[in-house]
Order: sequence, then C-alpha cells, then structure tokens
Amino acid sequence: MTATAPRGTGGVIPGRGDGGPAPRRAAIPERTLRTDRWWVQPLVTVVVLVLFIAYSTFRAFQNAHYYATPYISPFYSPCITTRCEGDSFPEFFTGPSWISPAIYILVLPLGIRLTCYYYRKAYYRSFWLSPPACAVAEPHRRYTGETRLPLVGQNIHRYFLYAALVFNVILFYEAFRSFRDETGEWGHMGLGTLILLANAVLLFMYSISCHSCRHIVGGRLNHFSAHPLRYKAWTWVSKQNARHMQYAWISLFGVAFADFYVFLLATGTITDLRFF
Amino acid sequence: MSYDATFRVWRGDADGGGLQTFTVAVNEGEVVLDVIHRLQSTQAGDLAVRWNCKAGKCGSCSAEINGRPRLLCMTRMSTFGEAETVTVTPLRTFPVIRDLVTDVSFNYEQAARIPAFTPKPREADGNHRMQQVDVERSQEFRKCIECWLCQDTCHVLRDHEENKAAFSGPRFLIRLAELDMHPLDTVDRRDAAQDDFGLGYCNITKCCSEVCPEGIHLTDNGIIPLKERVVDRRFDPLTWLGSKIGRRPKG
Repeated sequence: MTATAPRGTGGVIPGRGDGGPAPRRAAIPERTLRTDRWWVQPLVTVVVLVLFIAYSTFRAFQNAHYYATPYISPFYSPCITTRCEGDSFPEFFTGPSWISPAIYILVLPLGIRLTCYYYRKAYYRSFWLSPPACAVAEPHRRYTGETRLPLVGQNIHRYFLYAALVFNVILFYEAFRSFRDETGEWGHMGLGTLILLANAVLLFMYSISCHSCRHIVGGRLNHFSAHPLRYKAWTWVSKQNARHMQYAWISLFGVAFADFYVFLLATGTITDLRFF
Repeated sequence: MSYDATFRVWRGDADGGGLQTFTVAVNEGEVVLDVIHRLQSTQAGDLAVRWNCKAGKCGSCSAEINGRPRLLCMTRMSTFGEAETVTVTPLRTFPVIRDLVTDVSFNYEQAARIPAFTPKPREADGNHRMQQVDVERSQEFRKCIECWLCQDTCHVLRDHEENKAAFSGPRFLIRLAELDMHPLDTVDRRDAAQDDFGLGYCNITKCCSEVCPEGIHLTDNGIIPLKERVVDRRFDPLTWLGSKIGRRPKG
C-alpha cells in the first residue's frame, strides 16, 4: 500500500490550466489521441435532452389538452389550482389564468433530475464539456467543480428525492383513479390506464434507485450486521442503483410518452383503446 | 500469424519530445507491452518504459494507448486492426521523466496525507472482530493496484495542473471512503475529505471508473457514498439537527 511509498520527491508546478500540457509534462499538442468516435455519446445526449426540454417546456406552458377523462398528463399531476381541467386532485388555490398549473409543480421533478448523480455526469460531459469524454481535454481555463455556488447546491439532491417520492405516490394515485370510467364508475381499464401505471412504476424505480436513496436506506451505516433489515434494503436498492442510468432514460421517455398520449386523447386525435 | 504493425511512440523528456514512428513485428497472442519490448530489443535500445509483473497486478506499465489510459500488459494487440496505427504515449497528467516513464510521486505525497487507519480498542480476549457484511464494501477498494490510471484520466488533474494543490484525485477519495466505511475505524474523515482532499472538485463524470483495470466502481461505490456522507455532515439540516438532539451520533 501507499503508506510505505517514498515521499518528498518530485514536485508540482502549476500549469496553464487550459487543457494544454503543463511544464514538465510530455509535450503532446493534440487535445486527444483517441481514435474512436468519442463525440457520439455527448452529442446524442445533447440532442435527446434538448428535444425533451423543448417538448416539456412547450407542454408545460401550453396550459391545455392535459386532461382526458379519466387520464391526466403527468406534467400536470398533481393539478392543484381551481383552474385545472378535470377534478383529479384537491384544488388548493386559484392562480392567475395565464400561469399554467404545471408551473407550480414541475420545479420538483426538474430538481431531482438536475441534481441527480447520473444526470450530472450526462450534462457535465455533454453540455459543459467538462470533460466531453474521458481523456479528451476540456476547453475551460479554470475548474472549481462543485466547491462553490451554484454547483455546491447539488448537495441538496436528497431533498428533491423526498419530494419525488411524494410525487410517486400521487402518480400511483392518479393511475389507480384511471380504473374509473368517464362517469366515475370503477371497473374501467384502457390503454391509458396501463400507460399511466407504467409511467408511475418507471418514475418510482428512478427515485428508488437514486444514489441518495441508497445512502439513506443503509449506505450511511458502518455496521450492516447490526441492522439486518436495512442491509437487505440497501442490497436491493444497490442492485437497482446499478441500473439508475437506464431508469433515468426510460422514465424520461416514459413521462413524455404518457403526456403525449393524453395530449392525443384530449385533442381528439385518437380514442383510447378500452379493454373493459 | 505474424504481421508488421505501425507504432507511434512518444519519445523525449521534460525538455521536449514527440511521436516517433516504427514498423515492428507482432505475433499472435501478444500484448502492447510485448511489442514495446521488441522495439527496445531491435530498434530503440534506450526506450524507457516502466514494467514489472506483465499480469496486470503491479500497476507499473500504465500509459496511454491510442489516447486511452491503459495498462500496456493488459492491452491485447488483437483489439487493433492489422492496418491500424497504434499510438503509445506516457501518462499526460504527471511530469515525464523519459519516454513512457512519468514521475508519479504526486500520488505518494497524497497517500502520505491520508489520516491513518485507527481501530477501536481490542475486545477483552485481545481480538478485533467484524462481520464480513460490514467490511466487504471496503474490500472492493482494497483491490486497487495503484496504477494511477484513474488519477491520469481525471480531468480535474489532467486538464488543470493548478488543482493538484487542492484535489488529491479519485484513488485517494476511495481510500478515504474505504477507511470511513470500515467497521473498526474510529476517525471521522468527512471534513477532511471535503476540505483537505477536494471531494467537491469531483463532478462524478465517472472516467475513473471507466479506466480502472480492476473494475472497481470508484464513483458509484466510493466517491458518491463519500459525498453523501459529507452531505450528512455539512449540508443536510435534518441530520445536523439529529446530531444535536441525540438521535444521531455526533462527529
């Protein structure tokens, strides 16, 4: 181990900090010598995330076509103002008519995605190019990481997780409500029911596989043997955590698809496939 | 089957250097280190390369192959096309001594700064006892062979030499995590991780995990859990309150 290693040798000479070779480093002018298509992954990430942001922003501000009895778009769930279409959730206040009900709630799902350990990797690489890919020099002159504002704020991720778990319960509630038909009678199921249910499950799996969740259920312990139930929970969450990236993307597509399906129903473009 | 491969090898020292092109024979089943040794024995007798075990366990032959941090002895020639030029350069993050050999003493200086393992007192019969489930997280990090590929690829050090004063690199963050998770250790390293070893500089872009030849999940199993432990200590008002009213251990 390194405890026996020599010390006091060598030295550190500040470099240019611009991604170029620092003094005493090997003089290699190329930004990278990688020969594979390292730029594909960040490019795909940018394209997909920009498309999602554009679509979700449009839908959040559209303030229409988000309710088709008995389905409500997940972008507007929970709908908490008296101006909401439908009556899917208790209405707490009356906001200005020009403010979409989605605006009041979307900050929380946005928050968990923005501070998520996986998405941080994705957007630091693809949008901020810090770094664009492994062993490819970043273009920034200075780098302070998450040591100061605003990025030190990433540390409140667990609070967005708590909020997301509340949203998960609400989305399940909305999905179960869609087992009622247009007249409010139970015993209905359409394709929309399955889509809302799948969306709730995927978003729950995204939340539960989160790194903060893994820490909270047991990761913070040093003695698993004294907490067998938490150890079991931590082991299960750890398995899900290994798939956190997959859940992050699938649930992102899922929530957009669920919203789009409700949009198509609400605009009368299609009719719901009814099973019973 | 043998064929002639084109190799570009960086040759030089701290005063300068560049890529030199060689045509060298490659035999079936060889790794890049075998070809570098053939270059040494046939064309470039003074080519400097650090190596030892040839089995991916000593961590000596770290270099960059086609721009990717790799162990020379664990990179099979069969992963390249016969017509493909193979470029071998020294680790970019550390000062070069000569050719493919770099001065990695920065890492040993960081290792010497880590607060040492401090076990709690022995039990009455003179033994330390711990359960396997308690220590297996730390054991993953003990697989580290200290090849410094994670240190080399980490952009915080690679692209910003000035950060070496504040950031110790991923290898030492998982060393801190290993000790902090250890069931027998008694030292709280959370403040030190944040203030002295620069945990906040890591933006978890996972390149350290991608290059680790031992397959250690540095980010998911080490650095992120350590960040979460620091959040407990520094950024979460609920855990702070818990420690004040006695629901959580102080420290």
